[in-house]
Amino acid sequence: MTSPLEQKKIKIAGPSVVTANRTWDGAVIYRTAQQGWSAELSNAAIVRTSDDARALLAESVADDVGAVGAYIAPVEVRDNGRIAPGNLREQIRSEGLTIGLTVPA
Amino acid sequence: MYAYDELDRTLLNERVSEFRDQVKRRLSGELTEDEFKMLRLQNGVYLQLHAYMFRVAIPYGTLSSKQLRRLAHVARRYDRGYGHFTTRQNIQYNWIKLAELPDALADLAEVGIHAMQTSGNNMRNVTSDQWAGVAPGEIEDPRIWSEILRQHTTLHPEFSFLPRKFKIAITASEHDRAAIKVHDIGLKLIKSAEGETGFEVLVGGGLGRTPFIAKTIKPFVHGRDILSYVEAILRVYNQYGRRDNIYKARIKILVHELGIEKFAREVEEEWQQMRDSALTLDAAVVEEIRSRFSYPAYEKLPHMPDQLKKAAHDPLFERWRRNSVFPHKVQGYSIVTVSLKPVGGPPGDATADQMDALADLADRYSFGEIRVGHEQNLALPHVAKRDLPVLWKALDRIGLATPNVNLVSDIIACPGLDYCSLANARSIPIAQELTRRFANHDTANLIGRLHINISGCINACGHHHVGHIGILGVEKNGEEFYQITIGGRADENAQMGTLIGPAVPYAEVADVIEDIVEAYLALRDSEGELFVDTVKRLGVEPFKERVYATR
Repeated sequence: MTSPLEQKKIKIAGPSVVTANRTWDGAVIYRTAQQGWSAELSNAAIVRTSDDARALLAESVADDVGAVGAYIAPVEVRDNGRIAPGNLREQIRSEGLTIGLTVPA
Repeated sequence: MYAYDELDRTLLNERVSEFRDQVKRRLSGELTEDEFKMLRLQNGVYLQLHAYMFRVAIPYGTLSSKQLRRLAHVARRYDRGYGHFTTRQNIQYNWIKLAELPDALADLAEVGIHAMQTSGNNMRNVTSDQWAGVAPGEIEDPRIWSEILRQHTTLHPEFSFLPRKFKIAITASEHDRAAIKVHDIGLKLIKSAEGETGFEVLVGGGLGRTPFIAKTIKPFVHGRDILSYVEAILRVYNQYGRRDNIYKARIKILVHELGIEKFAREVEEEWQQMRDSALTLDAAVVEEIRSRFSYPAYEKLPHMPDQLKKAAHDPLFERWRRNSVFPHKVQGYSIVTVSLKPVGGPPGDATADQMDALADLADRYSFGEIRVGHEQNLALPHVAKRDLPVLWKALDRIGLATPNVNLVSDIIACPGLDYCSLANARSIPIAQELTRRFANHDTANLIGRLHINISGCINACGHHHVGHIGILGVEKNGEEFYQITIGGRADENAQMGTLIGPAVPYAEVADVIEDIVEAYLALRDSEGELFVDTVKRLGVEPFKERVYATR
């Protein structure tokens, strides 16, 4: 998966969200439509145009105290309305390791 | 073990206080992430996919049992109960909270452990042979020189903002277990014709996007001059190394672009101006450092004790002994490699409980000392041969007696896409599947020494270029693919592996590796010909044909 650290231009090809890591503990978080953050992908604000993505990212980056490294990530919106990660990298961030923890949680 | 003094302890405590204040200011918003990033990196704190990752240095791979227990404590108290030993004698914690990091650092500082310069564009952890001080035939203990270099380069202002990270490895044995030829500077301790201790100095090695084997820049530098000579290299690098392009910033690129002869002339010119300066190592200084390393009071023991003769009748013990037990410089003792590569497990991971239990075993059977090797295994460096049978059983009870050291399932792997923000593809599940495919110990022994290295991206933390079989994860149209190289090696005959053909998808990697191994078994000229020697003799073509003929 191409690292979003190399994300140069903001141009989205489908439904997307803004994701980051929470500053105090590094946990994966998603920007919500209420200008806050949630640890649940299902609570994320969905953007469908590049302009909306830019605006959501700008608003997210402005919260430098709460979140680190915000970027735009693709998602899939399923027929039942469920939001699913758009690639393996985001699936791992959202759902956890594919290997199981060395020490079971 | 090296005994730290009051100066060392003060330095660590001040560093913890400084970082505690920096974290506090970051969490309050007084520092932005842009301002804070470099500060956290200088303390070994990265941001990965799921959380912060905390990298702790284990200088020259030597740990006391007390230190290992403290590493276990950090895993249990601040992380999720385990740690990951890396290819550069560090341990990484994957789930640490920024808010708790200062407390974790303070706990580590109490036992003389820190995370300084485990990240950032500075001098990284100076690594060495994990058998240092106990390997037969060693020129002398390379950790003395590692410690001198560590002290000199830690927080050295001139080397805190290098063009890029900088790694030094030191060995004192003919057989290179420290991979010095793939380091920015590789140092090999040697004796001159006059019997004086010095170093063959190599420079410009490295893996990553543009791999190079290090070249000898000076065949002999006297021990008293090693600080000034290393500093001369760093000064030339600091002056000419590129800061405009991160991909061309390592010293290997500078050495390659200038050519080793011109680079050597630049270094020589610099060195001549400073070699007889305050950097000249007085013999008393070296002796002072040497005196702070303590060595066990070995007993006079028989070469073949009765306990070992008796245990030799147990095939399970013998299988473990053959792969895990190595000669020691003192009669009656052995070096025991502790495999962190259980079948189906993530390579290099150890649980807090395993670390605690191993610390207890080190106290009982290894004079309280543990070593960490770049192959992501641990070692007990001073085990009396009479204790091997009972140690084996104890290791087996805690899951640390997998008899696969140096065999096909002793895989080196980076964390890959399961953890790492730079990765393109997963490494650990590939390693896990391969360990299952080669779980049969008889088959693994039949195959013999074979090193598989896996990296999840071109940054090559799994050292895939120098694996006998190297596996590199890449991305193609959003899918994980893997390039396979064969014939690499990281020892004194280090060389890069050769790509055998197009990348294969995730689901086929284990099948491809099995095909390569089967081809080797059919092609080798005898049971004694190692995989890497068969590749050298025949080239990659027969392996390529086997892999791609039906794909």
